[in-house]
Amino acid sequence: MSIIKTGMGRRSFIKNMSLAGGGLVIGFNWLACKRAAEESTEEMVLQMPDKWFEMNGYLKIGDNGVVTIYSPNPEIGQNVKTSMPMLVAEELDVDWNNVIVEQAPLNLEVFSRQLAGGSQSIRQGWEPLRMAGATAKQMLLTAAANEWDVPVSELSVQNGVITHTNSNRSISYGEIAQAAAQVEVPDQVELKEKTNIKIRGTSRKNVDAKKIVTGQPLYGLDVNRDDMLIAMIVQPPAFGMEFKSMDAEKVKEMPGIKDVFTINTYPDDMEREWSDTTSFPKLVVLVGDSTWQVMQAKKALKVEWDLKPELTKEIEILEKSPALRKSGGLENSEIHNSLMADVGPQKAVMVRKDGDPEAAFKNATRVIERSYTCPFLAHNCMEPMNFFANVTNEKAELLGPIQTPEFAEKSVSKRLGIGLENIDIQMTRMGGGFGRRLYGNFLVEAAVISHRIGAPVKLVYTREDDMTNGVYRPAYQVTYRAALDENNNLTAFHVNAGGISESPLFANRFPAGAVDNYLAESWTIESHISTGAFRAPRSNFIAGAEQSFLDELAEEMGKDPIQFRLDMLKRAKDNPVGENNDYDPVRYAGVLELVRDKAGWNNSSASSNRGVAAYYCHNSYVAQILDLTIKNNEPVIDKVICAVDCGIVVNPDAAKNMVEGGTIDGIGHALYSQLTFEDGVPQQRNFDSYRLIRHREAPKKIDVHFVNNGLDPTGLGEPPFPPVQGALANALYKATGKRIYNQPFLPELQAQSREIKT
Amino acid sequence: MAEYNLTINGKKSTVDVDPQTPLLWVLRDHLKLVGTKYGCGIAQCGACTVHLDGSAIRSCQLPISSVADNEITTIEGLSEKGDHPVQKAWLEHDVPQCGYCQAGQIMSAASLLKSNPNPTDEEIENAMNGNICRCGTYNRIKAAIKTASGAQIV
Repeated sequence: MSIIKTGMGRRSFIKNMSLAGGGLVIGFNWLACKRAAEESTEEMVLQMPDKWFEMNGYLKIGDNGVVTIYSPNPEIGQNVKTSMPMLVAEELDVDWNNVIVEQAPLNLEVFSRQLAGGSQSIRQGWEPLRMAGATAKQMLLTAAANEWDVPVSELSVQNGVITHTNSNRSISYGEIAQAAAQVEVPDQVELKEKTNIKIRGTSRKNVDAKKIVTGQPLYGLDVNRDDMLIAMIVQPPAFGMEFKSMDAEKVKEMPGIKDVFTINTYPDDMEREWSDTTSFPKLVVLVGDSTWQVMQAKKALKVEWDLKPELTKEIEILEKSPALRKSGGLENSEIHNSLMADVGPQKAVMVRKDGDPEAAFKNATRVIERSYTCPFLAHNCMEPMNFFANVTNEKAELLGPIQTPEFAEKSVSKRLGIGLENIDIQMTRMGGGFGRRLYGNFLVEAAVISHRIGAPVKLVYTREDDMTNGVYRPAYQVTYRAALDENNNLTAFHVNAGGISESPLFANRFPAGAVDNYLAESWTIESHISTGAFRAPRSNFIAGAEQSFLDELAEEMGKDPIQFRLDMLKRAKDNPVGENNDYDPVRYAGVLELVRDKAGWNNSSASSNRGVAAYYCHNSYVAQILDLTIKNNEPVIDKVICAVDCGIVVNPDAAKNMVEGGTIDGIGHALYSQLTFEDGVPQQRNFDSYRLIRHREAPKKIDVHFVNNGLDPTGLGEPPFPPVQGALANALYKATGKRIYNQPFLPELQAQSREIKT
Repeated sequence: MAEYNLTINGKKSTVDVDPQTPLLWVLRDHLKLVGTKYGCGIAQCGACTVHLDGSAIRSCQLPISSVADNEITTIEGLSEKGDHPVQKAWLEHDVPQCGYCQAGQIMSAASLLKSNPNPTDEEIENAMNGNICRCGTYNRIKAAIKTASGAQIV
């Protein structure tokens, strides 16, 4: 029996004293209630309790035994709205069919880390969520024990019914909830034995599934209020430009248009949060009655733009490029590529050094050096950026899709001078996040617009606004060098990595710790193009590059690529080099061995066009083997086999869905996607020019295997994404005989194929 | 502005809008049927798919003036109780991740199965290729369509 102190986050469990003594009826909010059971019937929905009793900030129990669990973290498709409440329900010991899940609003009094990012929701919620359920259960047991005047130790619970076997009495949670709500919050609680686990580890359907498949309002873009106006923005057409002037008079006369004006979302003297990233603080805003009318006015509006003043100043590194001087300071992809190839690596700074890599390279019999690149990417959430805001001088009501409500609240408070206590942020289900909604510029913009016009407003980005708004996955480059001695042993490893405007380097990750002489260097190049976190930041490029290089290295050394990695991991386990190695070599090897066995890697009959890769990020380990064939000059992915170690799997089928999706997402972005620039202007503005993976291109089959080790859960939303890019590159090599070094792979693959033909 | 009499999900309604307004925005802004999603506005992503007299079309590209007396079915009207075979199959396979594109996927799938009750894998991929799922639920979508195939689609 594990005992858990309730000290952590104890404020969450102390009841609001104003509620003591009475039943609490919480108003039905528009985001509300969905019975967790998949077979939701109207009868059941009607059986709502007359009274609710709040046990703690995470849950309330109705007088009929129905339980409402608040899911604290934003739901972006990672399914935490189901899996987080599952952990509460498990410890509470209730029938999942009696559970209603509601999205909690931002409430830092009750919850900590209400953020969707870093694949941390389950990992960091693991303790507080279970504690919330266990604490409430303990209070219910205490109340029943008091009622019957028996010791708590003589009571048992089954599906929300407390039984005292000795006296043959039982009482439901609903019947004892009112009394339980008066019980003092226990100092410590017992968590369930593994043998009593009933919900966790069993597959439970998405609590919003029925609403999704019947088209009920769930998303920010679905918000409707009778008196609500629609707002849209016009942003500079190029990164490095800003607003100069506009002629809005005629547009203001267009049907349904209320106003056209400019806003400054982030004045220069405002201290920004990290999440306030944007290249375009000054925007033109159009407000009107309906989306289509505002879209028409937006098209008709004539705006003049200027180069930003700082573009005329010298940015040292950019100035080294003659092409940049020619383009007047505005950036393009050709410039980016030449800067990454020629300028960036030269200004690298050392981040980690083990042994004497210089000497090892000097004494090497052979040195293998390869460089890899990737372009900028847009997040392209299917639901474009949007937010509802109803803001006055005194208070702000904000409703919509945001991954970082805590930080957005601070930004609105600072920008509009409204106290945090008067800002209410509610989160809708999100049509994707992928990191884009970590950066809440659209939320602050909506608040500023509503404040200015004195009316409730829904800010809506068009797809083009969304794709050209910035905060992109940076363009990256990495060069690897390996030194081999006369016996073909790896004696030194050198990684030099950088990007615009962030480096993808993780200096302490594998193969650091596995090589005697190791050097890691990092650099960045400044840019006017804003960048930010994109699913598995940095890993989303460097994993694929590293795993491609290791594949090529294994081949050069005449080793099996899996055995080569396992040998290195054994070295890292038995006799690790250096300090602070940021991975567990045993778990790392575990996923490689599992994927090897599940894929029949050593079977001679297995596909010959297969590639393998493994990676550690977000506290989890993923290995993938990918089989493909080339048809009509495009790869057809026949199968991907995935082995995942994310500790305890809370909701297995949903976790499998996440791994399938991350695998497809990784393949798609590596093969097809890129955002390029011409004089600061994004060259892809919509899905006609920005290629995303589609049905026909998805792998024909994806197998997912989880390591069953009983360890506390770790990340899952991001880890499946990075390594598959390496598995894909390695399989492409097997199929074509040529290595591919630059993303997206498809254009390079097709260019190679033309070379082969001619 | 002009008045249009529409039949949507079997119900009559009248809207007074600009004739060029796409059906998508009439549904979402004027009739508050927000199940049909905006994704790209240029018929590239399929999120806005509805049925026009039973066939899947992209509502972002259909001006309201062209709808005439054709019957429109949206995700809200695909079945009365959310029990269309495609919807049931979607629940069985727990397809959605973020869920935003799924209404469009379901409308495309329902249209496919109506004209081709037992599609091959290749026919499914081709029919569904215009519907992007950014989360990558393609394999589950295919599995759900196979589960729903052969069912009586009306």
